[in-house]
Amino acid sequence: MKIGIPRSLYFYYYGDLWLKVFKKLNIEVKVSPKTNKEIMDLGINKSNDEMCLSLKNYIGHVCYLKDCDYILVPRIDNFKTCNQTCTNFLATYDIINNLVDNKIINYNIDLNKGEDELKGFYKIGNILKIKKKQMKKAYLESIKELKEERLISIKDNLKKLDSDKLKILIVGHPYNTYDELIGKPIIDYLNDNGIQVIYSNLFDSEEANQASRELSKDLYFKYNKENIGSIILSQDKIDGIIFISSFPCGPDSLVNELVIRKIDLPYLNIIIDDQSSDTGLITRLESFIDILEAKNGKSSISPCR
Amino acid sequence: MAKVAFPHVGNYSVPVKYLLSHILDCEIMDAPKISTKTAELGSRYSPDFVCTPFKYTLGTYIECLDKKADVLIQLGGGCRYGYYYELQEKILKDLDYDFEYINLVTMGKTDIKKIVKQFEKIDKNFNKIKALYYLFITIKMVKYMDKIDDYIRENIGFEVQKGEFKKLKKKMLLDFSNTKGYFDLYKKYRYYKKQFKKIKIKDGKKLKVGIIGELYTVMEPFANYELEYELANYGISIKRYTNAHYLLFEKRRKVKKYLRSCKEYIKYRMGADAADNIGRCKYLCTHNYDGIIHIKSSFCTPEIGAMPILNKICNDYNVPIIYFSFDTNTSKVGMKTRCEAFYDMIEMRKKL
Repeated sequence: MKIGIPRSLYFYYYGDLWLKVFKKLNIEVKVSPKTNKEIMDLGINKSNDEMCLSLKNYIGHVCYLKDCDYILVPRIDNFKTCNQTCTNFLATYDIINNLVDNKIINYNIDLNKGEDELKGFYKIGNILKIKKKQMKKAYLESIKELKEERLISIKDNLKKLDSDKLKILIVGHPYNTYDELIGKPIIDYLNDNGIQVIYSNLFDSEEANQASRELSKDLYFKYNKENIGSIILSQDKIDGIIFISSFPCGPDSLVNELVIRKIDLPYLNIIIDDQSSDTGLITRLESFIDILEAKNGKSSISPCR
Repeated sequence: MAKVAFPHVGNYSVPVKYLLSHILDCEIMDAPKISTKTAELGSRYSPDFVCTPFKYTLGTYIECLDKKADVLIQLGGGCRYGYYYELQEKILKDLDYDFEYINLVTMGKTDIKKIVKQFEKIDKNFNKIKALYYLFITIKMVKYMDKIDDYIRENIGFEVQKGEFKKLKKKMLLDFSNTKGYFDLYKKYRYYKKQFKKIKIKDGKKLKVGIIGELYTVMEPFANYELEYELANYGISIKRYTNAHYLLFEKRRKVKKYLRSCKEYIKYRMGADAADNIGRCKYLCTHNYDGIIHIKSSFCTPEIGAMPILNKICNDYNVPIIYFSFDTNTSKVGMKTRCEAFYDMIEMRKKL
C-alpha cells in the first residue's frame, strides 16, 4: 500500500508531520517531486482557468501521483473563530475527489466544531486499519519533535535580523515561497546577490497572530494574519519587503493592498501567474535591490532623490 | 443632520431605505443607480484582482460621498466579502473623505451592541424597540418582494402585452415604500399578488432555465447586464434561488439539506454559496430543467471551486450548462451572443 502526498499547499504546513507519522507507522509514502514544468502543465490542463496558480499547481501534483493507492488530501476550515482559511482550502477535497479516480484519504480540521488534528489522524487510522493507541503515540511523538525543530528554525530566522547585510522580508504563503517554480527563482536570486532573506512564516505564530491586530483589526484569515504580523514584529530591523502572491489569490488581493497602504517601508509586490517569465521578474528584483542599496548608502549609485 | 448612504443590490434599496428612514432621524440618501461611471470609479481605486462587487460598492460610495454623504453602511459575508469594509474604509480615507462607516457583519457575526452604539452616535434619540418593530416589517417586506419576484421571473417571458409586469412592479415598489404598518403592508401584498395573477400570459410549451451563482452578481441586474431580462425576451421561464430572504433566514437550514441531497459529489461546505449551488444544480438536473446558467463575478473563489463539480453533475445528467463570468468591462454584446447560442441549443434539444 502506498500513500501519495502532493508537494504543494498543505504539504508546506503539515508535510513534515505526515512524513514523520507515517514513517513511525511503517507506511510507504510517495511524495511528488518538486514542481517542474511537466507537473505545472498537468495542473493547468486539468483545472479551471480562473483557479489560483497554487491550486492549479496542487492539482498537477495530485495528477502526478496517479499510481498511488491513496492520496492524502485534508480539508482545513478554521482554527477557532477569526482564524479561517481561504475558501480554496475548504474546497480542495471535493474538487480533487471529482477530478481524479484515486481513493482519497481525507480529514477535516474544524476547531469550531471540535474536529482537531488528532481526530483527523484517527480517521486516517480507520481507513488504513491502524489502532488508535498506535496512532496517538506516533502523532504525539512527532508533534513533540516538530515543535523543537520549528523552534530552532524560528531562532535561525530571527538571527538573520541582526546581520549587517541587506535584509528583505518575504511575505507570502509558504506554498508559494518555497515552491520550485513560483517562489524559488526569487529567493535564489536574492541569495545569489548576498541578501539576507527572512521568511514571514518562520515567526512564532501566536505572537505574529497577535501582532497583526496592529495593522488590521478585523482580519479573519489565519495565514494572512501570521504573514502581516511578521511585518510588525520585524519592521524596525528590515530594509524592505517583498510580497509574493499567486494570481488571483483571494485573501492576498485585499490584505496585501491594505498593508501596502499602511506600512512605511520600501516594498515590491510580485504577483506570479502561469505565464510569467523570469526575465521581467529579475529586472524588477534588480532595481528593487539597487534602490535599497542606494537608500542605505551601500551602493555606488546615488539615489534619485 | 447626518446623511446615510448604502450600496445598491437589486431592488432592496426600497426596504432598507424604509427601515433606516423610520428608525433614524436623518436623511437617507438614494444612492445613484449603478452605471458605467460607477464601475469605472470603483475599479480605478480597487486592487488588481479583487472580485467585482468590491468595485461596484466602492464606486457607489465614492459617488455618494461626492454628494455629501456622512455615514456609509456595508454588510459582510462568508468569503472575502467579509473583509471588504476595512480596505474600503482605508481607500476612502486615503482619498480624503470624512465619514462614519457602519459595518453590520464583522468576522461573520453581527455585533448588535456595537451597531446600536454606532446608531446612537448618529441619532441621539435612537429607540431600540421602535427599531425592532420596523425591522420586523422590513423583513416581511423583503419576503413579500422575493415571493412576487419569483412569480414575475417565471412568467415575464410570456406576457401578452409587453412591459406590463415591469410597470406593475414599479408601482408596487413605490407603494411598498409608503407602508404605514404591518397590516397595511400585508393588504398591499395581497392586492398586488392578485394584480400580478391577473396579467394575461401566453400558453404553450415553456423552456425552463435555472440561474445559479454568486449572490451579488445574481441579485444586481447591472452586474449581470440584465441577463434575466435578456432571457425573458427569448421566452424562457426562469428559476432563481438566491434572494435576500434566502441569504438571511433560510440558508443555514437549507445548506444541510443541499449537502445531503448531493452527497455523492460533495462532502463539506465549500465557502459562501458554492455548496448551495451544487445542491441546486442537482435539483435542477433531476427536475426536467432545460438548461442551467451559472453566473459569477470574475475571481469569485468559492464559485470557481464549485465549477468543476457542476461540470461533472451536468455531464452525468446530460443537462446543458453555460458559465458567465462578469467583470466591470465585459461587453454586453458578447454576453448576448452566447445567450442566443445557448437558447438556440436548448430549444433544439427540446424539439428532438
